[in-house]
Amino acid sequence: MAEMRTGHLEDALFEAREIACTVNGKLYRAMAEPRRLLSDFIREDLDLKGTHVGCEHGVCGACTILFNGQPARSCLMFAVQADGAEIVTVEGLARSPQQLTRLQESFSQEHALQCGYCTPGMLISATALLSENPSPTDSEVRHAMAGQLCRCTGYEQIVRAVLAAADSDGKGGEGGNHA
Amino acid sequence: MDLYRVEDRRLLTGHGTFLDDLSTVPNVHHAAILRSPYPHARIRNIDASKALAMEGVDAVLTGRDVAKMSRPFASALPRQAAYYSLAVDKARFVGEPIAVVVAKDRYLAEDALALIDVDYEQLPAVVDPEQAVIDPDAPILHEDVGTNVALHRTLRYGDPEEAFRQADVVVKRRLRFPKYGSTPLETFGVVAAWNAAEDTLTIWSNFHGPFSMHPVVAQALGIPSNKLRFIVPGDIGGGFGIKTSIYPYLALIGLASRFSGVPVKWIEDRQENLMASSSGTDRVSEVELAAANDGTILGVRMKIYDNVGGYFRPPEPGCTFRPLGNYVGGYSFRNLDVDAYIVFTNKSLTGPNRGYGCPHLYFGLERVVDEMAHKLGLDPAEVRRRNLIPKAAFPYRTPTGGLYDAGDYEACLDTLLETADYEGLRRMQADARQHGRLVGIGFAFGVDPSVSNMGYVDIAATPEERKRRRPKSGATQGTTIQVDDLGKVTVEISTTPQGQSHETMVRRHIAQELGIPEVDITVISGMDTATRSWTIPSGSYSSRFASIGISSAVVTARKVLEKLGRIAAHQLEADPSDVEYVDGNFRVKGAPERSLAFRHAAGIAHWDPASLPPGTDPGIYVTHFHTMPTALPPDDEDRVNSSNTYGFMADLCLVEVDRETGEVEVKKYWGVHDSGVILDHKIAEGQIQGSFVHGLGGAMYEEMAYDEDGAFLTGTFMDYLCPTFLEVPPLETRYVETPSPFTVLGSKGIGESATETVPACIANAVTDALRPLGIEVNELPVTPTKVWNWLQQAQSEA
Ligand code: FES
Ligand code: FES
Repeated sequence: MAEMRTGHLEDALFEAREIACTVNGKLYRAMAEPRRLLSDFIREDLDLKGTHVGCEHGVCGACTILFNGQPARSCLMFAVQADGAEIVTVEGLARSPQQLTRLQESFSQEHALQCGYCTPGMLISATALLSENPSPTDSEVRHAMAGQLCRCTGYEQIVRAVLAAADSDGKGGEGGNHA
Repeated sequence: MDLYRVEDRRLLTGHGTFLDDLSTVPNVHHAAILRSPYPHARIRNIDASKALAMEGVDAVLTGRDVAKMSRPFASALPRQAAYYSLAVDKARFVGEPIAVVVAKDRYLAEDALALIDVDYEQLPAVVDPEQAVIDPDAPILHEDVGTNVALHRTLRYGDPEEAFRQADVVVKRRLRFPKYGSTPLETFGVVAAWNAAEDTLTIWSNFHGPFSMHPVVAQALGIPSNKLRFIVPGDIGGGFGIKTSIYPYLALIGLASRFSGVPVKWIEDRQENLMASSSGTDRVSEVELAAANDGTILGVRMKIYDNVGGYFRPPEPGCTFRPLGNYVGGYSFRNLDVDAYIVFTNKSLTGPNRGYGCPHLYFGLERVVDEMAHKLGLDPAEVRRRNLIPKAAFPYRTPTGGLYDAGDYEACLDTLLETADYEGLRRMQADARQHGRLVGIGFAFGVDPSVSNMGYVDIAATPEERKRRRPKSGATQGTTIQVDDLGKVTVEISTTPQGQSHETMVRRHIAQELGIPEVDITVISGMDTATRSWTIPSGSYSSRFASIGISSAVVTARKVLEKLGRIAAHQLEADPSDVEYVDGNFRVKGAPERSLAFRHAAGIAHWDPASLPPGTDPGIYVTHFHTMPTALPPDDEDRVNSSNTYGFMADLCLVEVDRETGEVEVKKYWGVHDSGVILDHKIAEGQIQGSFVHGLGGAMYEEMAYDEDGAFLTGTFMDYLCPTFLEVPPLETRYVETPSPFTVLGSKGIGESATETVPACIANAVTDALRPLGIEVNELPVTPTKVWNWLQQAQSEA
C-alpha cells in the first residue's frame, strides 16, 4: 500500500535488482528484491529445492550452501549479496544422481540419514570440512559440524559417514570435487 | 553402487519431495498467521482494515469468520471448551492463532500482520497444572467448564489399599516432568485449495496420521468427508508424533482458501513451531510405592496432573492414557491406583511426541523404584530383577489390561550388567567417591508399547459413559500391491513415513515373499485419501511399522501370490495344491517342466481374462487391511490393551557431576532392547540412536519454558537447546530378540524405545552421583544452573 512505500528505505527494500551468479556451474541472471533471502531465491526463483530451510534464524544449518567455496547459511543472506558469487548447492555435489560422491555413498552406507531433511546441509558442511581437512579426527568432525542440527539420526552415524569418506583413500574424500 | 536404502539417492542429491517442494496447483497465495502475544487475553476487537488495504493482500480471516464457517473440533469433551482453528473470544496461550492474512506472497503476508490492530484485554494467567487445579484464585480458562480440570479419572486395579497396608516400606516422591517436543527439522506445511465449482477441498500437508483426523477435520469444516482430500508427499522431514497435531491448521488453511477464493500455502516458521505447534505435556505427579523388605513391589499409587495447555486437542488425553496397558512397566505387581487430572493452563497445546506419555510414566515409576532400593539398602539392579515379569509368564496380562506379547526381561538385565561391567563400574565409582568425585550409575527399565489400539482413547470416559457410545477398537494398516502385465510390482503403503525407511523395508520383504528381485518393485509412500487405500489408524505413529505395517505388507504379498498361483494352476491344468512356487516360477510338483513364470501368470490376468480360472477377477490389484485381534475396547473395569506389541528396554548409564559448575557429563550409556525380531540392525540402531538423543534432550537440555506469568521464554533455537554433535555421549546397544507371536515376522516397533527411559535413567544416575550430598533429581531437565543451585544449597545446609 502507498504509505508503506514512500520512504527511501522502502524503495530500496522493494525495488528488484538484477543479479548474476553461478550456481552449480551454471550462470543465472534474475531479478531479486533487496530483502529477498538467498534461501528463498535458490528454492523459489532458481527452483533448486534441495536446499532446505529449518529455522530461518541461522541455527539449524539445513540451508547451508557453498558460497565462494565456503559454507554459508543461505537463510542469513540476501539474494543480492550473491551477485557475482559462485554457489554450490546439494544438487551440485554429484556429477549425476547415478554418480554420487564418496561422501554421499558413505552417508547411505552408514545410514547417516533418516528423513533426509538435514542431509543437504550436512553434506555441504562435510564437503567443506573434507576439502580443508581431508583426514579429520572424530572430534574435528564434531566441532566442524556442530552448527548442523539433525533431529532424526542422533549424529553418530553422520560422524561415521564423514570419517569413512575421509578414510576411504587414506588421504581424504573427494566430496568437494564437484563441477 | 547400491545404496543402503531406496530412499537415499533422491535425498542425497536434493531430489526429495517434501511439502514445500511440491507443485500443487497454479496461483498459490500465501498465509501468515497473527498470534497472541499474551498468555491469556480477551479479544475485544480486531481491525484489519489497514492490512486489507495493502496492495497484494487478498483477505484477513479472524476468529469471528472461523466461528461462522466451522465447528469446534470434536473431542472427548463434547460440548465444552470449544476449540477452533483460530481464537474466537479469548487467547489462551502465547502464540495462539488470532488471524490469518492471505496475500500474493509470503513477504507481503508477513508485512500485513503488522497492520492488524487487535484490542486485547489482558487477563491473569496460570501455567502450573497443579496450581491451576488447587489454587482457588487461579484464573479459569474456559468459563463454560467452570474449572481448569478438563478431565478427571480415577482408576483402580487390584487392591492398592491392601498393598499399602501390608508394605514394609513406602516411598513417595513429588516429580516434575518438563514440556518438550521433538521439533522435527521440517516444520508444518500446508497447501489448501478450495474448488468452488465442485465443493471440494484438497489439502496437501506433511501430516503423518492417524487418519482418524480426516473425519475430525471434515466435521469441523462441515463438509462431506468424501469432498475432503488429504494429500501427503512421499518425504516428510521428521515427525515423531508432532505432525499429528498439524490438523487444526489443515482446517484453518482450508478455511482461508475458501474465504479468500484462492489456493493458500502456509509454511510454519521455527518461532511459530516452538511457541505453538505441539509438545508432550508437562506433568506434576506424586508417585508412591509400597514394597516388602526384600524389595518386592506390592503396589503403586500415582497422582497425575497433565498439562494440555489452553485447549484440549485430540488425541489428548493420550499423554495420560496411551500407556495405560503398560503402567506397571516390566514389573509383576498387580495393585495400582491412578488419580489423573488433565488440566488446562495458559501454555501451548500438547499431543503425541515420541514415546507419548511413556517418558513421563517411567520417570515416575523408575525414580521411586530407585528410592525404594536405596531405602532398603538393596542394589537397584537386584531390586529390579526381583520384580521383573518372568519369561514363562508371556503372553502376560497386566492388571491394567495390557497383553504383553513376548519378552525375556531377565536376559536383558543380564546382558546389560555384563555389557556394562556393572561390578567394575561400581568399583570405579567407589574409588572416584574416595577422591571426592561425584560419579553416579543409574538404571531405568521400561516396556515400549507399539501399535496403539484405537480403543484406548475411550478411557477418557467412564465405563458408564462408554456404554452409551459405540466402541472403538483395532489397529489397522493397509497395503495395496499391483502387478502389471510384465510382472513389475508397485506397492502403495499407507504409513506416511518420516525417515523410518519404510520403502526399503517393504521392498525387501515383498521381494522375498514374491520371489522376485527388489529392482522389480517400486514402493510409493505418501498418501492421497481420494485415490488410495487408507483407514482410521493409517499413518506412522506409535511405532506401528515394524509390527502392523510390515505385517500388512507381507500378508498382502501372500494374497497376490495366492492369486497368481491359482491362475498358474489353471493354466498348467493342475490343482492349486499341486503347484509350488520356486525361484520365480509356478510349477507342478514332481513335474518341474510344467511351469509358468511369475510374470506370465501376471500377464494372463491382464491380457487374457478368458484363460483365468472360473470366478477369478482380471487384473492383479490387491489391498489388504491388517489388524490385531488383540486391539479390543476397554472393559467395564477400565482395563484396556492400549497397544498391541510391547518391547522392553533395560538402560544403564554412568555420569559425573562437576562440583564447581554443576555440569552433568554422561560418560557412557548402555541400552539392551528386546523388540522381537530385528528386521534390519542398521536401521534399528538408527532409530534407537535418534530416540536416545531425543530422550537426552528432554533429560538435559530441552524445555519449552514459560515464566510464571505465562510469557514464553524459548522462542528460537538459541533458547530451545537441541543436542548437537557435541552433546551426544557414547551409546552401546545390545539386542535380545524374543519373537512376537502376534506379528507376521515376529517383529515389533522400536522407534520410540530409548526416548522413554533415558530421562529416568539420567535422573537416577545423577541422583546416585549426588547421593553423598543428599540431593535427588525429581525434576528435569538437569541443567547446570539447576544442579549448581542444588549443590550450593546442600553446601549451605552441611
Ligand atoms: S534455515 Fe538457515 S540455519 Fe536454519
Ligand atoms: S535425517 Fe531427519 S533431520 Fe537429519
